[in-house]
Amino acid sequence: MLRSVAGKILYLIPVLFAVTALSFGMLKLLPGDPAVNILGPSATPAAVKTLHKQLGLDKPVVSQYGSFVWNAVHGDLGRSYQNNQPTTEALKQRLPVTLELLVLSQFLALVVSIPLAIRAATKPDGLLDRISTGVSFGFLALPPYIVGVVLVLLFAVAFHVFPATGYTPFSQNPVENLRSLTLPSITLALAELATYLRLLRADMITTLQEDFITMARAKGMPPRRILWRHAFRPSSFSLVTVAGLNFGRLIGGTFIVEILFALPGIGELTVQSIFSTDYLVVQGTVLLVAVGYVLVNFLVDLLYVVIDPRVRHAAAG
Amino acid sequence: MLPLANAPVPEAAAVEASPRRKRKLGFFFILSLAWVALVIFLAVFASVLPIPDPNAQKAAINLNPSLHHLLGTDSLGRDMFARVVYAGRVSLTVGFASIAIGLLIGGAMGVIAGFYRGRIDRVLMAIADVMLAFPALVFALAIVTFLGQNLRNVTIAIAVISIPGIARIVRASTLTFAQRDFVLAARTLGASNRRIILREILPNVAIPIGAFSFIAVALAIVGEGGLAFLGLSVHAPTATWGGMINDGRSFLEDHPALSLIPSAVLFLTVLALNFAGDALRARFDTKDVSV
Repeated sequence: MLRSVAGKILYLIPVLFAVTALSFGMLKLLPGDPAVNILGPSATPAAVKTLHKQLGLDKPVVSQYGSFVWNAVHGDLGRSYQNNQPTTEALKQRLPVTLELLVLSQFLALVVSIPLAIRAATKPDGLLDRISTGVSFGFLALPPYIVGVVLVLLFAVAFHVFPATGYTPFSQNPVENLRSLTLPSITLALAELATYLRLLRADMITTLQEDFITMARAKGMPPRRILWRHAFRPSSFSLVTVAGLNFGRLIGGTFIVEILFALPGIGELTVQSIFSTDYLVVQGTVLLVAVGYVLVNFLVDLLYVVIDPRVRHAAAG
Repeated sequence: MLPLANAPVPEAAAVEASPRRKRKLGFFFILSLAWVALVIFLAVFASVLPIPDPNAQKAAINLNPSLHHLLGTDSLGRDMFARVVYAGRVSLTVGFASIAIGLLIGGAMGVIAGFYRGRIDRVLMAIADVMLAFPALVFALAIVTFLGQNLRNVTIAIAVISIPGIARIVRASTLTFAQRDFVLAARTLGASNRRIILREILPNVAIPIGAFSFIAVALAIVGEGGLAFLGLSVHAPTATWGGMINDGRSFLEDHPALSLIPSAVLFLTVLALNFAGDALRARFDTKDVSV
């Protein structure tokens, strides 16, 4: 087990290097002079030169990359050209919104999909199974920008149950905070729900055919206990993995939902910064999202080794 | 896609032992293909068919459906039916072209990684990992904003995004075939690696990947819709499904159809592609142990 963990850490290093280099390189790969891009076409040569110095563009690329990583590790990702706010400051403000949205939506998706999948798996091809499989297949074809619009139409325009846009911080008013996040969370949860339902259902059906389930039945164990204690745990490994990976992936996947519902999260910051060509902020958000994804991925991999005895032993042997 | 690629490769023996259930493709499969064919037909022949100009602002605004305007008109008096049809051109072009590019590059990566294993496998999969780690939408947004909003750049952006996923799936599929007996037989007969890849592996990998590419095209269409929703696909006034959904958002209260019509068309197209791909996959999937 130790060996496989060490191997994963070794693998993490080149991936982290590549991801940081890509975030750094984004500014470089753009056509034209980054300083002119930032300052606009009407910038004076003197201003461009000052900015060159400020951004370190007059130094060799390798040392530029070095100081980019060095500064990033020390919490310095430059400043916004829109309002001179430090990028890390902006990220600190926005991250809680995105994280809350993620936690809520994943919670919703799991709370609905787990009992439904377990019920459906007990009677494959039964009525509940057919309906849930069919409906979830439909959800997979509904991107958030359709679900979001329909939900706004139903719950904000037709019946004024939830606000269509806007965000209230939790510290200010917890009830309003949850109300403002309800529609966005449902929007994000629907697609995940369908994936989780299908995944857990398939794994449960396989597990329920195992000998130890027959054994438990033969001993006269109540069906409920068999389902939850004996069948669910060994069936939940891929669900845990995918849910974990989704958490990493969705840090950078909430853009459309945040824009749609005007939530001040990471995604909204990124899109706004791209529109206003605020390069350093874009670079900062990309770095955060990419490194976040890689680290979550790594943690899920580790978790997998820890919770699944089969992986643990396979790795050792 | 990650867990799929990480899943243990089934032993060759287990594959042979599983009962091969040939599933019927069925009524809904035909219906799905018919819908996709209809959308393609309308998109290809839109300029020949008697469909009004999608950008002409001649009619009264927000008309209800009538014989003259099959789906009514939008907030600028443009024919909704024409706009939905012409928007299909953008979505389908981006969807099919980007996945064709993705299959070419990602497919090559996957076959090489899965066939040769070892160091080249690790390097190629590390590249795929890095690409997956990079936020896809940011990448697409960056390409399109900085290089220009046109069909070519949108297609390239989505093609690049599709590469790592395709590479992983093709690799997983290659792995299952590379250990089979017929590959061993070909090798024993003295076939070169090149010949084994082209004549033994590729034809076998092509079947499951062909089924998967329906789903990939659906994903690409969803991606283009997302860009268009943010106003970053091809330039206005060219109609796009995502752009129409977004435009209609300002009129949800009084004219929800402006958003709902393109939503429905996009949903049905993606659903049909998903369904067709899923049905084909189930039909040809030899790993599918019957449950």
